[in-house]
Amino acid sequence: MGLLSKKDAKLITDPLADNNPITIQVLGICSALAITADLKASIVMAIAVLFVLAIGNVVISLLRNIIPSKIRIIVQLIVVAALVIIVDIILKAFAYELSKTLSVFVGLIITNCIIMGRFEAFALANGPWRSFLDGIGNSLGYGVILVIVGFFRELLGSGTLLGIKVLGDPIEKTGVYAYGYENNGFMLLAPMALITLGIIIWVQRSRNKALIEN
Amino acid sequence: MEHLELFFKAIFIDNMVFATFLGMCSYLAVSKKVSTAVGLGAAVIFVMAITVPLNWLLDQYLLQEGALSWLGEEYADYDLSFLSFIMFIATIATMVQLVEIIVEKFSPSLYNSLGIFLPLIAVNCAILGGSLFMQSREIPTLGLAFNYGISSGIGWFLAILAIAAIREKIRYSNVPAPLRGLGITFIITGLMAIGFMSFGGMLTGGDEKEETTETASIEVVAPSQESSITEEVETVVDSTTINEPQIIE
Repeated sequence: MGLLSKKDAKLITDPLADNNPITIQVLGICSALAITADLKASIVMAIAVLFVLAIGNVVISLLRNIIPSKIRIIVQLIVVAALVIIVDIILKAFAYELSKTLSVFVGLIITNCIIMGRFEAFALANGPWRSFLDGIGNSLGYGVILVIVGFFRELLGSGTLLGIKVLGDPIEKTGVYAYGYENNGFMLLAPMALITLGIIIWVQRSRNKALIEN
Repeated sequence: MEHLELFFKAIFIDNMVFATFLGMCSYLAVSKKVSTAVGLGAAVIFVMAITVPLNWLLDQYLLQEGALSWLGEEYADYDLSFLSFIMFIATIATMVQLVEIIVEKFSPSLYNSLGIFLPLIAVNCAILGGSLFMQSREIPTLGLAFNYGISSGIGWFLAILAIAAIREKIRYSNVPAPLRGLGITFIITGLMAIGFMSFGGMLTGGDEKEETTETASIEVVAPSQESSITEEVETVVDSTTINEPQIIE
């Protein structure tokens, strides 16, 4: 960490656990739940948010002294929307199938509360370099949760990871299926995303008692 | 008939919160008390009823492929649909600001009850989600778009009302400490979503009959498992229906 001072490094490491945007700050839940039925979509979504949040934070931070505070929400929305259009076009060009599964949720990055929340709380009051680090840190914290949820839902729901059959073939009864294991299709349905996230919060808060709410 | 179908579909089957998880941020943040939940829910219905038809017009006459043909022959092959995100969000942000100004001017009492929630709405994913779903589902007429806006707003309203009522009651229960607050809210929402899945058969009359014969044949194979699942669903539905009269009071 020779490149970063201690204070700067904290901007990246803090959101990964004790100040996680999803489980502690309760931001950006919408997309976290809807697209986590398989791991690949979760990873792509995490990268898209990383791109939008890091660059958006820098842009807003550079403009912070010019934006009149009354119309700042509209300015922020326009900046995010422009970045999201770039992501959308790139996805359509290089991963068309995936952009179909993500459907409207790429567009919904615009209203992802993490992005507006970080703009308001951090980028409007700090310089570009610190805002950039804050953006990276928070989107990594978001990505970690997305990948954990995606991992469990894909593994238990369809017995695969990134489309590779890690548990054996359910039809030819190889691997664990030979012992009578069955895929739990319920994990692929929407409600299980909420319950999985509830369990992650449970585990995190029983490990760190300071986070418990009254 | 298609209006009625779309209306019930948007409220119950494709419920914004339980089926697509839109607007979860404000759903979790503002559901601690029933009275504030009602305020935000009403504001969402109001704004969606305005923005969805407005964005439908934009989509039809500006953004779709060939939508500009009303300007003349030479504009017929323009496709501006890549601009739809920026147009939709700009419309929503401006409309929210406009609605705020108009309501403040003409009905100060309504402004006082809705006021603080209106700026929140601009970044509520349910609003933008409504417009994006309207676009991707290719809703054919302006009337249907208006209907879709209102009914998805009502669906969101119902969801936030139900969770606020449950959260008010849950304060008196003994929840495990690490689950208190956010954790238990997620799990309850999950159970409510399972309950709402039972509405899935509502509009598919013919298909539903086929499904029941299928489940019947499965039941013969594994009766205990199947019945336990249906029991769980029923209790969830019961708990939501029990809570609804309390909300009206």
